[in-house]
Amino acid sequence: MVTNAEALSVMSIFDTFLNWKVFVQTLPLLLSGLTTTLTLGVTAIVLGFIGGLVLALVRLYAKTPLRQVAVAYIDVFRSIPILVLLVVIYYALPFVGLRLSSFGAAASALSLVSAAYSAEIFRAGIEAVPKGQFEAAHALGLSPWRLMSDVVLPQALRIVIPPITSNSINVMKDTALASVVAMPDLLKQATQAQALAANPTPLISAAIIYILILMPLVRLVGVFEKRLAVRGR
Amino acid sequence: MTRPIIEMKNVAKSFGLFQALHSIDLSVREGEIVVIIGPSGSGKSTLIRCINQLEEHNGGTIIVDGMEVGRGRKRAVLTEVGMVFQSFNLFPHMTVLRNVALGPVRVRGLSWVAAEERAERLLARVGLADQAAKYPAQLSGGQQQRVGIARALAMEPKVLLFDEPTSALDPEMVGEVLDVMQQLAKTGVTMVVVTHEMGFARKVADRVVFMDGGRIVEEGPPDEIFNTPRDPRLRSFLQAVLSH
Repeated sequence: MVTNAEALSVMSIFDTFLNWKVFVQTLPLLLSGLTTTLTLGVTAIVLGFIGGLVLALVRLYAKTPLRQVAVAYIDVFRSIPILVLLVVIYYALPFVGLRLSSFGAAASALSLVSAAYSAEIFRAGIEAVPKGQFEAAHALGLSPWRLMSDVVLPQALRIVIPPITSNSINVMKDTALASVVAMPDLLKQATQAQALAANPTPLISAAIIYILILMPLVRLVGVFEKRLAVRGR
Repeated sequence: MTRPIIEMKNVAKSFGLFQALHSIDLSVREGEIVVIIGPSGSGKSTLIRCINQLEEHNGGTIIVDGMEVGRGRKRAVLTEVGMVFQSFNLFPHMTVLRNVALGPVRVRGLSWVAAEERAERLLARVGLADQAAKYPAQLSGGQQQRVGIARALAMEPKVLLFDEPTSALDPEMVGEVLDVMQQLAKTGVTMVVVTHEMGFARKVADRVVFMDGGRIVEEGPPDEIFNTPRDPRLRSFLQAVLSH
């Protein structure tokens, strides 16, 4: 038997956390935040991908001093918390005359860290290509560049699709840190809307939007992994 | 005809403390078929891998087609040396046709059209004209190895090296690969073959080289090696491999 008081409290939970009116009012703001989040995420993912590939190749094949630079870079940027890096870039670099927009700061921080993680993923992928493939390419007389672009990388990239997708999901999630440097991303817009409406519905909505965007990607990683396992190499 | 295409003088190779090759002297004339036999671990594979510098020798000199190779030298001359591997090492992400055409395009500067024409011709020669559009994984081991041979031939090398080309094959597929190699031997290509197939050595070789413990122990025409072996190690090796 449901008492009046209980019915009221269920109503008020909905009114508080999933208030339709508030949702409709703040949706445009949330969507503009989502656009910023996606732009930032995709930028960081692409830059991190390219940077990671270059770093991995330098780490594997460059001469000693350059290789050590790559190793140091990868170690440092895998150790530093993204939030700390972001705050340093946004609030400390202006003292040496480097003033980045909040988007620039966030994109730099995310790309720098993502490149370090991607580098390790690419390295593992390249090392997973059987030695015989390198030997066959050498025996044909392919140049080091052709050996990579024609023989090794196409195989390595297939191997790294699942971990690279995982890393991309992490980058997308870490874009929320950009709200700390006043970047109008999804989370920032949601907290702002919450303050204006005096109601937490925008925050709940933002959480749901994150999940809706990222969960398919999470599932995709599983599919990729299964397909790779079935096909073998 | 008698110009040496490969000349190895006093060649040594060691992996850390293990010395795989001791003062190897071997020369191969143009058009000659040399078959290298010997027990596992005797240095046969290491020897031919030194010829095309998949392993860098650390003593002596190797001259291929008139130019010294290895120890920091450019690899250019090595495009004249083709290699067929025990485990095929075909490129799994390319069709059979692409596998064969890749080298001529990237190294010899042929157009894709010309290279694929050449590839089709060579695939027909190894009996695989109808498999050109498939991927390596769709072929049997014997077919893959024949593609491996076509891929090496596509570079029109002056020497072909075979590193135990039938050792990874199921027994029923050994014959088809050996047949192709025998056909090839008749065309005047220089071949250096490491193998355990004594029948092939006897039938096709101009010269058989027996290795043991990283040294060339005995060499000569197949008749001599198989019918009147002198070294006791060669005798016991032949007894072991021919007794069943």
